[in-house]
Amino acid sequence: MKRRILYPGTPPVILGCATVGGRREKEGPFGALFDLTDKTDRFRKKTWETAEAEMQRLALCKALEKTGKSAMEIDALFAGDLINQCAASVFGLVNVPAPFFGIFGACSTLTEGLTLASLALENPGVSLTAVVTSSHNCSAERQFRSPLEYGGQRPPTSQWTVTGAGAYLLSGRAEEGCCARVTALLPGIAVDSGLTDSSNMGAAMAPAAADTFLSYFAESGERPEDYDLIVTGDLGAEGSSLFLEFLAENGCPNVKNHEDCGALIYDRKRADVHSGGSGCGCAGTMLANRYLPLLLRGEKRRILFAATGALMNAASVQQGLSIPGIAHLVRLESPENGKEKI
Amino acid sequence: MKFDKNKYRIYAKQHAGRSPLAKNCLFAFLIGGGICAAGELLYALFSGPLRCEEKESGLWVSVTLIFLSALFTGLGIFDRIAKHAGAGTLVPITGFANAVASPAIDAKSEGFVLGVGAKMFTVAGPVLLYGTAAGAVWGLICWILSRGRI
Amino acid sequence: MTLFFAICKAFLVGGLLCVIAQILIDETAMTPARILTLYVVSGVALGALGVYEKLVDFAGRGATVPLTGFGYAIAKGVKEAVAESGFSGIFTGALTAAAGGTCAAMLFSLAAAALFSSKPK
Repeated sequence: MKRRILYPGTPPVILGCATVGGRREKEGPFGALFDLTDKTDRFRKKTWETAEAEMQRLALCKALEKTGKSAMEIDALFAGDLINQCAASVFGLVNVPAPFFGIFGACSTLTEGLTLASLALENPGVSLTAVVTSSHNCSAERQFRSPLEYGGQRPPTSQWTVTGAGAYLLSGRAEEGCCARVTALLPGIAVDSGLTDSSNMGAAMAPAAADTFLSYFAESGERPEDYDLIVTGDLGAEGSSLFLEFLAENGCPNVKNHEDCGALIYDRKRADVHSGGSGCGCAGTMLANRYLPLLLRGEKRRILFAATGALMNAASVQQGLSIPGIAHLVRLESPENGKEKI
Repeated sequence: MKFDKNKYRIYAKQHAGRSPLAKNCLFAFLIGGGICAAGELLYALFSGPLRCEEKESGLWVSVTLIFLSALFTGLGIFDRIAKHAGAGTLVPITGFANAVASPAIDAKSEGFVLGVGAKMFTVAGPVLLYGTAAGAVWGLICWILSRGRI
Repeated sequence: MTLFFAICKAFLVGGLLCVIAQILIDETAMTPARILTLYVVSGVALGALGVYEKLVDFAGRGATVPLTGFGYAIAKGVKEAVAESGFSGIFTGALTAAAGGTCAAMLFSLAAAALFSSKPK
């Protein structure tokens, strides 16, 4: 079997993070934890695309401010979003004086970025890296589905693109104050789900998520219950249930410690989001709002976290191509000294 | 991981929660029927007190409903009604009007020529194209049946 | 009283046409754009066969307000145009019949685009 898990020589640490969100996200169970929100979802910009770009800029600025770093110190900046050609990342971060890498992994962009940022830190010349991801419901809806004011019905399996941005700063020096350590990485392999229904993305991503986790458990010899939590990005309620069925069929029955960012980010009973949230901003904000604080406070010590992505575009869906999914996994552990502040 | 995507395609479809058909049909019936009933009332208004001819009254009914749809679309209300009404707002001429107005409003950020102008018919275009094409086919049949009078 | 019955018939027939579309949306994977296209083409076909005329006579706006009615108007317009001006009617009939609704949709949508912006959902 090909070895896929990467163990960084010196585990990088997540120094700090910041999140920006929209109105619905603020009304969600973790709404109070956003650093910045705007109830108009516009962030004082004229278009939805520039609003999303502004969210990326605000998230990075806030993360730098919270950690006392300057943009000049960033050796590599990995950023991605859902808009064509990573426009939100480019236009949001264009004035940041740091080497810029635009990345696309659909909703898995966060852990794709964390993986690349961690690997970059292996290089002795790199000491600080950053990851920024975002999605905006309005810019995504307009690009992938239908015009915002179009009157349509959404099926129960559909998911709601999160309006949110998250920024994370990673350092190669373990001694600095931090919220978590990245101790292992498992880059995902794209798995063709065979599904063509773009309003059932949770189901399209579930096989890829299962493949990533099962590969991890097979290679490491560990089991889901060896972790405090195993977390997926945005499978939603529908995809989560299929994901757990895949795990059960492949030797991991009765997984009780699974959480899905998409299933948790909104109050699904009240928010009319059907199967849950999705988008780069879903895992992108939930890691900072929910999971890093758990690690920082020491309530959880070891978490497997995999953001999940559905790798399609509007044309591929219209052409009837099936939707490949992907999930990049990072193993996060609480800092040895859990008392330091973010 | 063993994974058969053909089997999974069938399984995922079975697994997916279904739309509440009975409830959706009821709402579609009530709201769609209501729009048509309102159209009938408008028709009576135009052809009665406003003294329009039969053909003209029909036109004014359409124009009024299209105006209201475009207005409700602009105010951001149409999609909230349509979420419940489903085909009830889609099938009447209101659905066509919303399909024209919503991309127009949406594309404003790309300007009035390349945005509003070019993208207005991204959703409703097929309706016009295939309606016109089907009409032309029918016209050809009519012409042949009338023994090719030019 | 005739108005009341006319409204009831419009409600019933219009509502049923919507229910058929709703079943197609929920039970097949047809997108709304396909439904609209199907409806307008069906309207042309039923209008051509002379079936839709009877539905219009019965239900009035219940048959003309749904998009099948748009197709029916096209079929009727084309037939009249060909009868009146022969071959050229094939080219002018459909859009002439659809002109009022299409022009209204274009103008009001342009006005809506000028006056309103899309809102966050």
